[in-house]
Amino acid sequence: MTLATSFIHDANLIDALYIVAFGLFIYGLMGLTGPRTAVRGNRIAAVGMAIAVVATLLEAQIGNWGLIVLGVAIGTAVGVPAARNVKMTAMPQMVALFNGVGGGAVFLIAWAEFRIHGGFANTPTYVTVFTLFAAIVGSVSFWGSNIAFGKLQELLPGRPITLGGVQQPLNFVLGILAVAAAVDIAAGSHSQAIFIGMLVCAALLGNFVVLPIGGADMPVVISMLNAFTGLSAAATGVALNNPALIVAGMIVGASGSILTNLMATAMNRSIPAIIAGGFGGGGSAPVGAAAGGEDRAVRSTSAGDVAVQLAYARQVVIVPGYGMAVAQAQHVVRELERALEARGVEVKFGIHPVAGRMPGHMNVLLAEADVPYDLLREMDDINPEFPRTDVVLVIGANDVTNPAANTQPDSPIYGMPILEVDKAHSVIVLKRSMNSGFAGIDNPLFYDEKTQLLFGDAKASVSEVVAELKEV
Amino acid sequence: MSSQLVTNLTILVLAGFVGFAVISKVPNTLHTPLMSGTNAIHGIVLLGGLLAVGLAGHSVFNKVILVIAIAFGTINVVGGFLVTDRMLEMFKRKPEPPAKPPEPSERSERERDDK
Repeated sequence: MTLATSFIHDANLIDALYIVAFGLFIYGLMGLTGPRTAVRGNRIAAVGMAIAVVATLLEAQIGNWGLIVLGVAIGTAVGVPAARNVKMTAMPQMVALFNGVGGGAVFLIAWAEFRIHGGFANTPTYVTVFTLFAAIVGSVSFWGSNIAFGKLQELLPGRPITLGGVQQPLNFVLGILAVAAAVDIAAGSHSQAIFIGMLVCAALLGNFVVLPIGGADMPVVISMLNAFTGLSAAATGVALNNPALIVAGMIVGASGSILTNLMATAMNRSIPAIIAGGFGGGGSAPVGAAAGGEDRAVRSTSAGDVAVQLAYARQVVIVPGYGMAVAQAQHVVRELERALEARGVEVKFGIHPVAGRMPGHMNVLLAEADVPYDLLREMDDINPEFPRTDVVLVIGANDVTNPAANTQPDSPIYGMPILEVDKAHSVIVLKRSMNSGFAGIDNPLFYDEKTQLLFGDAKASVSEVVAELKEV
Repeated sequence: MSSQLVTNLTILVLAGFVGFAVISKVPNTLHTPLMSGTNAIHGIVLLGGLLAVGLAGHSVFNKVILVIAIAFGTINVVGGFLVTDRMLEMFKRKPEPPAKPPEPSERSERERDDK
């Protein structure tokens, strides 16, 4: 018995389990990069996580089992139903929220470490430095993610909220204050007030950094905060000498940075420009003014008319956007695609890399509706097709089709690669109303003479078109 | 620098490169699930909470914040993996015959019910 007990508490065994765990993380992540292996990859990573948790529970310093069970039970009771019941459309918010609680855990652990040791005067310097780094970054990530969640869930307005000119200096001062507090603690201060002050500065910084960012940039921000939380987890791992934490955290930090960069590139935005904020709200005024001189008339159309145009087209390209997601219209869109194909119309889907609220958002939804992979075309493949496309059906997409990105140098999205739907013979836009898109920018596409608008909820509109198509 | 720190920094740097290498070749389609999957992985901070709670001592406040930290970590891990799994399920190819006659949609609906 004692022999067995000492064996399972053996430090070598625990280290071996950690190594197996992070091996599984890496292997699982490799799986996640291919469509065929992704499901398995995710599950492998989850097994790695289970092994890492078991290994930790074998560590000699583990105690307070009641509290561990309590915490895990609460977390499971909250996390499982949330993950099970969330609608696919609300996925981006959910990821933001899960990311936030991860950051929250990081700064709470750092705070507890500070209290347990009564300050960091007696801990090795590197442990102190990494713990404080984790505390600041974790706190920024927690608050920033919550703001991102609030914006995507429309609890907060999607438009940028800024303090104007004082914003940047204020953020700078907050950053300096947080670092100054950290330096003071690292130098041996026992004052908990200073530690809390540091957390508060970081929290305010997290709020102030994300609040001024317009909704359209939110995916990039979530990805960036994801990378931040990863880095803070890695820092916690260094402080705790835990290899599984270091590897897992750092991999997320690295992958998150790449993903952030990919997304920013897809929108032709630089990351510093996104952080500087003001996308959307600030720029919409001059654009609105410029567009004000044009003929503002839009042509609205009816479902029956749309059905006729689609039925007699040779090639139709469907461009989905967030409107399709909110309306849960992906299944009727699939029906429409089948109905058109049955008539010999060639149907393709043009997917902008940042359509919806996250990269790949549209792919997830269309895959849910069984739309075959090979119909989904990425932006660079579909753009040359538009000039020989008869009808483009834009379903609830706005900013990603905005020709102002190509033609109006004063537009805030000038230079962003777009789906050039205005090159097609005719364009039908399904929209709820004449409100501007998530980025709050006016779209000259709607006033183009070859554009017709079909107002209404995307799902209802598409269903009507499908019904009318049977009559044609 | 202590040797422990050197070891940790070595792991840190190598893991960073592994992360870059693994991730740099992902199709656009999988960006959202990937973000969600990596999001679940950083829930590993849960381990930090598990380790710290053993040292919480008698302070009720320490216990409270660590239970919250453990709960947060668990939400991050469990929720993250489940959500990713749900997203990825949709990418699975349905067992369809290779030739695809354009059949009415009843068939696929029945298939979905079976699942």
